[in-house]
Amino acid sequence: MAIDLFIPMDATALALGADEVVEAIQQAAKKAKADIRITRTGSRGLFWLEPLVEVATPEGRIAYGPVTPEDVDGLFAAGFLQGGKHDLRIGKPEDLPYLKQQHRVTFARCGITDPVSIPDYLAHGGYKGLKNALGMERADIVKAVADSGLRGRGGAGFPTGIKWQTVLKAEADQKYIVCNADEGDSGTFADRMIMEGDPFLLIEGMTIAGLAVGATKGFVYIRSEYPHAFAQMNRAIEAAKLAGYLGDNIQGSGKAFHLETRLGAGAYICGEETSLLDSLEGKRGMVRAKPPLPAIKGLFGKPTIINNLLSFAAVPTILDQGADYYRDFGMGRSRGTMPLQLAGNVKYGGLIELAFGVTLREVIEAFGGGTLSGRPIKAMQVGGPLGSYLPYSLIDTQIDYEAMAAAGGMLGHGGIVVFDDTVDMGAQARFAMEFCAVESCGKCTPCRIGSTRGVEVIDRILAGIDRQKNLNLLDDLCDTMRDGSLCALGGLTHMPVQSAVKHFGADFNRPPGAAAPRQAAE
Amino acid sequence: MTTQASWNQDSARQIIAGKKKLDGALLPILHALQAHFGYVDEAAVPLIADELNLSRAEVHGVITFYHDFRRHPGGRHVVKVCRAEACQALGAGMLEQHAKKSLGVDYHGTSKDGSVSLEQVFCLGNCACGPSVMIDDKLHARVTPQRFDSLIGKLKGGR
Repeated sequence: MAIDLFIPMDATALALGADEVVEAIQQAAKKAKADIRITRTGSRGLFWLEPLVEVATPEGRIAYGPVTPEDVDGLFAAGFLQGGKHDLRIGKPEDLPYLKQQHRVTFARCGITDPVSIPDYLAHGGYKGLKNALGMERADIVKAVADSGLRGRGGAGFPTGIKWQTVLKAEADQKYIVCNADEGDSGTFADRMIMEGDPFLLIEGMTIAGLAVGATKGFVYIRSEYPHAFAQMNRAIEAAKLAGYLGDNIQGSGKAFHLETRLGAGAYICGEETSLLDSLEGKRGMVRAKPPLPAIKGLFGKPTIINNLLSFAAVPTILDQGADYYRDFGMGRSRGTMPLQLAGNVKYGGLIELAFGVTLREVIEAFGGGTLSGRPIKAMQVGGPLGSYLPYSLIDTQIDYEAMAAAGGMLGHGGIVVFDDTVDMGAQARFAMEFCAVESCGKCTPCRIGSTRGVEVIDRILAGIDRQKNLNLLDDLCDTMRDGSLCALGGLTHMPVQSAVKHFGADFNRPPGAAAPRQAAE
Repeated sequence: MTTQASWNQDSARQIIAGKKKLDGALLPILHALQAHFGYVDEAAVPLIADELNLSRAEVHGVITFYHDFRRHPGGRHVVKVCRAEACQALGAGMLEQHAKKSLGVDYHGTSKDGSVSLEQVFCLGNCACGPSVMIDDKLHARVTPQRFDSLIGKLKGGR
């Protein structure tokens, strides 16, 4: 019988040479006349170990990593097909503290199953939520989601159940389900990992949403920077159609749900929900004024549930295990689990799914092992490019929506980017304004013009021209952008800028051209 | 990526016809044209406008709104360097400078030999293993300036 090997085809694993490793293993197996079968999985999210090669043995899967093509002959010589000893041998992945200490709910299957095999998905607990939902009244499905306490995982944290309730109540000949998979925040990759590693989870969540509100059509809007995820979603949708999990008659229920993918075109603003809807309609991705809410007048003017990918991905668990099961994770008003993404200058970066309530320190130091460079941490940016830069002194902040806000930050989509003491916060603040200028849709003046003026003002501050006057002007500009912008892009750009000035004032008060001093923030 | 067709009205019409029935067909059409020709030719604008019952201005507006769509042929390969924060934390700034200098172009420019167009990108989702670079549709992790040169060398050597 063939020996089963599992090797990820996650984008990061591929970027680290997973395909080359597969090729080397196939060649070596041929030479050794070993009968092997390689399954390409998603990633478990332990990126410093990628490419991670897992071998099925009688004791369970044994992992080796990070494997390069040059390691392959040595692995064969060490008998790795039987779980043999080797320097790269990690043992059972689930025994690693990094995984053992997580609460893998949304990511329970990612990295384990064949992402586009329906039988594999079913064998690992998939489609149980849908099965329950098919036997439920619409209002009861919505109630389960509301009772779970699930809040939008895109960043705003709006209660998902209320959104669904609004669409349920709206009367229309057509309703839509739209997944926001335009994961543009730097430091985030959870959506990408699900699309590449467990796409049926998203399909199941969206199908349940369709049943819940009477929507028969859905779209997944995927950013063009994710070509692997786009291809994998398309494969999964085809497989789900063939198996009767999408189409006019889902599992013989007589209920219909159709799903299509759409590719973005490199505009960050399309992660904003109304801009995404315009883009889906084939227009410029311009932000719409609200109201009307998308739940009332969304895609093509019809009632639309638009949720972040991770929100939909939480739904199958809620319908399978019950609202209580999900709500029992977490703290305060932040219920359930949050797939955190640890990135930037960090030793052990990856996907860390935990119940709300851990601290940044636990994530960055206990899981992440500190900086990759070995230098002290100077700043942490949580929640993407519109999130605040927090100084090391705030590392004991708890990770939940309210605690992050109280610390002057935001959780956003759960990305945590770590910087060591070589970072120049003046440059980071300038970049935040520059990014806003490049990505502004141009509809409202504070964002479109304010961001360009912001770059200029910061340039003057850093050049030492009328510093105090220009710092005051920057503050004023930030307030105007915050209060006067139509959406979160212009409305939140003040966060990285003002937090950098507040916590790292020294970086704005150096002789022009001087390098950042190597020290932790005050 | 290296074998893009030169502009051809009939193929363009076929591509447009193949996608026009989709809901919100404009972006899928533009992506398909760019995948085929490497850019979206000016001559495609009236064709699309006719088929989708839009004004030329609306089509032009969409093409120019999105960073992805090129209006002129680019290099044989497109190299995208990630400029976002997670990659900055690992030295993307230095990589950017190096890339511009070694290719002799700024962003949106094409190297003199026509082999490479350089683009900026804000996040490729490889944030735990930066700095990241995407060459055509292939992602590369932990790209140092030396590694960048070796990747570019392979492209130039290849054609």
